[in-house]
Amino acid sequence: MPIHEVSLIKPENIIEHEELIIDGVDVSGHWSTFIEPRAVTDYNEEMEKEISGLAGGEFIHRCWQCGSCTNACTINAMNSDFNPRYWIYLIRMGMEDELLIDKDIIWQCVSCNKCTSACPRDVNPEGVMKATAHWLELKGHTPKPNSMIFDEGFSEQVFKTGKIEDGLVLRDFLSKSGQSLNQPWLISMVFGLVKKLPLTMLTRLGLATFFRPKTRDWGNARAAIEEYVAEKEVEKHQLLGLDGHQQKDMENG
Amino acid sequence: MSSSKDETVAYYPGCALEGTAQSYDRSTKAIGKALGLKMKEIDNWNCCGAMEVKNIDPKLQTYLSARNLSIAEDMGFKKVMAPCNGCYHNLKKAEFDLANDPKSVEVNARLSKKAGHKTYEPGKVETIHALDWIKDSVGEQGIKDKVKGGLKGLKIANYYGCMYTRPRHIFPEKDQGENSESIDKPHYMDDLLDAAGAESVEYPLKTSCCGGAHTLSDSDTSTKLVLNLLQAAEACGADVIATECPTCHTGLEMHQIRAEKVFGKKTNVKILYFTQLLGIAMGLSPRKVGVHENFGDALPLLKDKGLV
Repeated sequence: MPIHEVSLIKPENIIEHEELIIDGVDVSGHWSTFIEPRAVTDYNEEMEKEISGLAGGEFIHRCWQCGSCTNACTINAMNSDFNPRYWIYLIRMGMEDELLIDKDIIWQCVSCNKCTSACPRDVNPEGVMKATAHWLELKGHTPKPNSMIFDEGFSEQVFKTGKIEDGLVLRDFLSKSGQSLNQPWLISMVFGLVKKLPLTMLTRLGLATFFRPKTRDWGNARAAIEEYVAEKEVEKHQLLGLDGHQQKDMENG
Repeated sequence: MSSSKDETVAYYPGCALEGTAQSYDRSTKAIGKALGLKMKEIDNWNCCGAMEVKNIDPKLQTYLSARNLSIAEDMGFKKVMAPCNGCYHNLKKAEFDLANDPKSVEVNARLSKKAGHKTYEPGKVETIHALDWIKDSVGEQGIKDKVKGGLKGLKIANYYGCMYTRPRHIFPEKDQGENSESIDKPHYMDDLLDAAGAESVEYPLKTSCCGGAHTLSDSDTSTKLVLNLLQAAEACGADVIATECPTCHTGLEMHQIRAEKVFGKKTNVKILYFTQLLGIAMGLSPRKVGVHENFGDALPLLKDKGLV
């Protein structure tokens, strides 16, 4: 799969004269095409530091832009705008405005780890995608994407009880992401299963929603995890300067 | 890596095998019994972190996985067998991180201490997949010896998914010579099912992604990825896609239905766990290996082929 790179050149910066003669030579049309130079001055010099401080982004500085990640990428094969190599470049350059053009698709990384396997520099591009999606959400550039709502609901259950029950994860996610349980394909799937199952098994499935699986004596592990998560949360906010913003907002009323 | 037939392995089913993938749990236990292999479930295990906890914090996932490894060690086991690709991957990842990343070691030690159990140290137990378990202990010959009717006439596309081979550095035992598993072109499932009499087709998408991580949160992407896998399997002439991961398996089944209902694209290839197929080859009844617990209905095909 060849890389179909996004164009860095905006159409309005491409200048072409329909009729142009220079020193008696006709250079009309595309013979006279030139690209208007642009000067970028609004670099976000903190962006790389902030993203590399979030989980998964630690090794972004190793990237030498070979493009193996984009070339291997599952999502890039479906949508050529999904371009990890290019985003890593933008982050390292501090070109925030350019990155924000793609802000609504970065969360779509499916963690297939083809990039991480292909990367010759151990950048862990999969982790960089997750760190970038978190950064965008924490900075208020995007709403919390569905995948993050799912991750959080799932993890919350694991932290609380040590295990998950997939029926509960599903219902919890659909309600938090504002989706209906009443979708024809979902109903058809469940109905197809129910038709084949004997009554005893259906009863057992039903009971699982009341007697949720959990790990015994999980209390101390839960407390340890929750303490760690809270600590990390504070660190993250300090790193991104978010507490400062909140304080300022409060001061401004 | 070699396993003797007599060694009892620690069994780590994971959450999916207690929930949507009960048929994988049932069929794994059934074929283990039929092959004379021994396993014992890890006491009071917890979720390995699946594909979600790492997105909150990868070191928490390492801790969650390591807790299970430490219990297996305490129980006196040398090997932990996980049939779920996600669990298998996470236990392997924990093993790798604890051997190579000081920060993971630090967080694991801190959390283990507070939680009140032993801190797991790398190298104490080895994590293997259900495929390794069967391939290394009884192998193709062991399957051939036990096969009753076999899977004659059944064409299978073997689908390994992402987490069985990627990222490559957490699987140091793969790509180590002739009998080891291959990272780029895995073949253990092909080998075992061929030994059971099936015909494994050349399936170029065996390690492609089904979009399982976003199966609900980005359904359209998952449906497109799955549809691609299903159509490719049919183009390769397969009647069945054999799976070895509950996330892939459920994703394939769900999005096969969704592709038909939402995109109007119908496919007929059936989806079965490789353990279900091995069980049927050894003469176990479809019910024994949980064929009725799958979302799709593979029974008519199996009857059609004269396999049950």
